[in-house]
Amino acid sequence: MQSTNFIWDLFGVNLLTVVAVVALPLGFVLIYALVAILAELKISAWIQERLGPMRTGPYGILQPVAEVIKLLQKEDITPDASSKLLYNLAPFIIFSGAYAAFAVIPFSSAFMPANINVGLFYVFAIGSISAMGIVMGGWASSNKYSLMGAMRSVSQLISYEIPAAMAVLSIVVLSSSMNMQEISHAQTGYFWDWYLFGGPGSWTKVFIIPFTITLAIAYFIASLAETNRVPFDIPEGESELVAGFHTEYGGIKFAMFYFAEYANMFVVSAIFTTIFLGGWNSPFGEFLQGPGWGVMWFILKSFSIVFVQIWVRWTLPRFRVDQLMYLGWKVLLPVSFICFFAISLFVMFK
Amino acid sequence: MNLVTLAFYFFAVLTLAFAAVVVFSRNILHAAFALLFTFFGVASMYVLLQADFLAISQIMIYIGGILILIIFGVILTTNITGVEVKSDKTGRLQLVSAGIATLLLAATLIGVMTTTQWNTAEVPAVDATAEAIGTGMLTRYLLAFETASMLLLIAIVGAAFIARKKPV
Repeated sequence: MQSTNFIWDLFGVNLLTVVAVVALPLGFVLIYALVAILAELKISAWIQERLGPMRTGPYGILQPVAEVIKLLQKEDITPDASSKLLYNLAPFIIFSGAYAAFAVIPFSSAFMPANINVGLFYVFAIGSISAMGIVMGGWASSNKYSLMGAMRSVSQLISYEIPAAMAVLSIVVLSSSMNMQEISHAQTGYFWDWYLFGGPGSWTKVFIIPFTITLAIAYFIASLAETNRVPFDIPEGESELVAGFHTEYGGIKFAMFYFAEYANMFVVSAIFTTIFLGGWNSPFGEFLQGPGWGVMWFILKSFSIVFVQIWVRWTLPRFRVDQLMYLGWKVLLPVSFICFFAISLFVMFK
Repeated sequence: MNLVTLAFYFFAVLTLAFAAVVVFSRNILHAAFALLFTFFGVASMYVLLQADFLAISQIMIYIGGILILIIFGVILTTNITGVEVKSDKTGRLQLVSAGIATLLLAATLIGVMTTTQWNTAEVPAVDATAEAIGTGMLTRYLLAFETASMLLLIAIVGAAFIARKKPV
């Protein structure tokens, strides 16, 4: 089998290379978060016909750096009534949960930190650690708004995990693998070989193309809810809850929540890219195909999804709680079940 | 000492230390949060035993499902009823009987462990366990699997029945 981790090929497996494999995605997350924060500021500005930040660096591109430096300098405050240990632990748990998912993201055919066979399942399981962190932070703050935000956040996360899991499961049925690297390999070829368009195969796949496209949309909506983004940001709705579960946090701990949110955005985009948009494959056959170019394609596709998430955020208003539950349980769940059933039938009779 | 051994001792200590917190903590919520690390440590033991699917199921079901439900239950009850979630001092009678039971259980387990003839052999690395588990559940262990799922279904229906709005 082809190797999936070039660092281990070059230097062998020892303590140093393990640290390198762990540190590589961390560096990526930190740089990516800065880029995404800037993108958020600039795209919102363009949508609202403003200029956005213009004074820090040319066209304001150093704005996120300035913000991080500001957050680092702030006083580290622990509220008096809070449960100290849990309050201080929560940001770490949330960030570890978000960051742990990067272990199975196939950045290229030659780099995937851990090539495990149940990769997609792992991503869903590890998301629950972030949920624990949210409850921990919300409870430990001893603040009604924090607690209510945490409750809403977790109930939303649990509700929308099911349609998202159904969408992912359908692709697992179609590709008969949960390994994200193998799913990427299966989609090598042109863009009509992506699972968004029914995956590779003969003309009979036209029957499932409507279902796969529906599933892609369902997964995207569910992923917005899982990352607490507008229009599903009820847990942080500032008009009702101040800021939700991180109301009492400031300085570097708040920055960790912020980074975790952006890391989560990338994780769901990366899953979307891998299961629907061909992962690191070039859309045009052999054109710029290869391990090095794969990183470029993967990041390009994932960033496009992140861009759409930001675009949606600044376009749509917020849902009400009952609308959110209605959409999750009565629309997305039946739709994803029907699609899953149709795809399973197709795979059986193919 | 190689990396796997190091990882084993790290996770073993983690699991045991937080299990002790679960048992000895007076605050129920602290105990529940400590359970997070215990479950996580057990999942790592499964990983070290090359049972990847089982490890991830452990995280998914115990941390993602059961633990979140426990914590929700505790948080919501304290906020509604205003009862303090702290356990009282353990009585002397309970302490003594629990101590004797623990000692007996530990003695039995250690006895079994030391007297059993363990036939060890080099096992080749297992590549994928999910497929074998799936095949096993739908062929050889189908009856047990279906019985368990029927039980869960009945539990769900029962829970919904108890929690429903009573007709006024």
